[in-house]
Amino acid sequence: MTTATLTKPRIYVGLGTCGIASGGRAVLAKLRDELASQQIEADVIETACVGLCHAEVLVDVHMPDHSRVIYQKVKPDDVPQILTEHVKKGAPVAKKALAQWRMDKPVYDGIPAFEQLDLNQKQIRFILQNCGVIDPDSLDEYIARGGYASLRKVLAEEKWTPEQVVEFITKSKLRGRGGGGFDTGWKWQECAKYKADEKFILCNADEGDPGAFMDRALLEGDPHSVIEGMIIGGYAIGATFAYIYCRAEYPLAVKRLNHSLAELRKRGYLGKNILGSGYSLDIMVKEGAGAFVCGESTALQYSIEGKRGMPRPRPPQSVEAGLWDKPTVLNNVETFANVTRIIQIGLEKYTGYGTEKSGGTKIFALSGAIKNAGLIEVPIGMTIREVIYDVGGGIPKKKKFKAVAIGGPSGGLLPEAKLDLPIDFETLTEAGAMMGSGSLVVCDETTCMVELSRFFMEFCADESCGKCTPCLVGNTALLEMLARITRGEGKLEDLVLMEELGKQIMSMSLCGLGKSSPSPMLSAMRYFREEFESHIVDKICPTAQCVGLRRYEVLPQVCTKCGACIKPCPTGAMMGARKEIPFINKDLCIECGLCYDKCQFNAIR
Amino acid sequence: MTNMAAAVDGEVDIAYVREVLDKYQDARGAVIPILQKVQTHYGYLPRAALEMISHTLRMPLAHLVGVASFYAQFRMTPRGKYMMKICCGTACHVKGSAKLVEKTAELLDVNHGQTTRDKLFTMERVACIGACSLAPVITVNDEAVGYLDMEGIEDIIHKLRDENAIAPK
Repeated sequence: MTTATLTKPRIYVGLGTCGIASGGRAVLAKLRDELASQQIEADVIETACVGLCHAEVLVDVHMPDHSRVIYQKVKPDDVPQILTEHVKKGAPVAKKALAQWRMDKPVYDGIPAFEQLDLNQKQIRFILQNCGVIDPDSLDEYIARGGYASLRKVLAEEKWTPEQVVEFITKSKLRGRGGGGFDTGWKWQECAKYKADEKFILCNADEGDPGAFMDRALLEGDPHSVIEGMIIGGYAIGATFAYIYCRAEYPLAVKRLNHSLAELRKRGYLGKNILGSGYSLDIMVKEGAGAFVCGESTALQYSIEGKRGMPRPRPPQSVEAGLWDKPTVLNNVETFANVTRIIQIGLEKYTGYGTEKSGGTKIFALSGAIKNAGLIEVPIGMTIREVIYDVGGGIPKKKKFKAVAIGGPSGGLLPEAKLDLPIDFETLTEAGAMMGSGSLVVCDETTCMVELSRFFMEFCADESCGKCTPCLVGNTALLEMLARITRGEGKLEDLVLMEELGKQIMSMSLCGLGKSSPSPMLSAMRYFREEFESHIVDKICPTAQCVGLRRYEVLPQVCTKCGACIKPCPTGAMMGARKEIPFINKDLCIECGLCYDKCQFNAIR
Repeated sequence: MTNMAAAVDGEVDIAYVREVLDKYQDARGAVIPILQKVQTHYGYLPRAALEMISHTLRMPLAHLVGVASFYAQFRMTPRGKYMMKICCGTACHVKGSAKLVEKTAELLDVNHGQTTRDKLFTMERVACIGACSLAPVITVNDEAVGYLDMEGIEDIIHKLRDENAIAPK
């Protein structure tokens, strides 16, 4: 890790969306105040997400000629102590420190190295190498850490031909990281074939999958690595203009992209005659306006054109006639960042990660019932179990694992029995899930699979653009059936019908949204069928999540007699003394659910 | 779009729309950026503004409203001072965002997409805002607040109400 030699202390505050939401701004303000009042001279840098969202707010202190120390869960009140002891006296506050980056020696005793943290043992920080480490707004810092070397190599130093770039990417076996897993090299090659007065390269940053935030972190934390890959891609296919289509829900990413683009134009990396190569390209950020379906390629193109973002039938494929009917290549944020890194480290090292069929690493967004929620990066082909238990730290509060939702509303719900599957495109599709964009939402035993299926279906029915009937009517019909089951009004025949309808929707829909929307429900029915049946036949929701099926009774086998449920009851219906199993007086109970919320052990249903 | 007519448009000064149009009208595919700028300025899309855009871009009003109504971002009724967006993504759902919606609706006495009578709050349920590790999460005018519980949401609303009660208007 090389950084320019420091002359004075540098303090980094993690201000990605998660850092800000955890109170990062207050920490930053306190830091500035304290620096002034303690009369310390230091550079304060706002950095982005390092992926350790569960440990935010993160503050890094980097003293000249020392390793950089990461402090976790910093509150404004911790700031004075860190400044006095670490910055002034040179002794880090070991109690608050999480780890240290061994950038410059000597290192401090008693603080683990970042690489030695348990959750980093199996990770490879390859695409995320800069996230949370550099100041994302500084082009110089990016360049100092090897940035734009790939672009210079291609355009200026080794003067690759566009064909060479395409061939290189094809050999890397890079597959699209946006969900479909499409072969990137092939896509570029197809598009390069077509001659046209205008060609476009687009970056899909419309990360709409609930539960996915990889692209946000990458755009907020290392926008240049994405832009660099895009310029290289543009050169390979002969693009005349480029757009980054970013969701409007990511204001910080948009801001940082625009800042980076302006800086690049000033420095000759973007615009006319890039780096003296004769190739010209400019990039514009287009803000989405809140439509999930715009993650689909043709819909996204219509949206850029200023129309309703509704997909169209293919062919023609986008590579032949895409944006404004010109040949167009659309790649995902993470795919472009991969391009940059592959050219930087070379084929051999890159294909060393990953599996036979797909090279490299994949970033996943871990959330839900998991200890180390945040962003992780692992080689493709790692098993789900390793990701959840070794990297994610397992399920908190001693609860049991139940399912993992992979790939969001287009993916699937996989049970314990499937945990040893390797995460790669083919295996997941076979198991009825999908790599998707890389969201992993872990559910513990308190999550009802019927209710979760209903939730995903509600999302898809809501976001359906309404153009084709299978998706428009089919998903709504499925949603109604699922809702009925969660209310205890389902019939066994429904299950047969749901399966049939689901398959029909998947085969007949126009675009990826409809083609995958029944997938979570179908996988839930495949792996958790008994749960559906108990909702229908016994009218019982095993997790008591479905409000309509709650009957409010205490399960004596499960109850630990803690008495926590007695106090919140507003009507005094919950009766009992300490160390006694409580009893609900049905005459007084108003079914408000407060006792259920309070119970840590699922003893009330 | 029945509520469109209900918007108080007569009082809207549409000079800003002209300004935006002058800047963007010749750019390709500028409809959505224009609508975004206009909405940022007024907080919603006033009918008079839509008419002016339609006229200048030579695009039928029906088409323009078609575009605007397709995207979740655009609204045709005025919004409150504070936009309370409650994330209903998967992670937030698993961590109980449905209850947050219920509680907020109860505290503000409005439903999804509605604005309180004092024009202070607009409540919306939104798809994932990408801060899943902090679930459940809401945004108040684009500032994300994470790990929210029932008391947390109550505190936020009370605090904002108090702040605005003191400031004379």
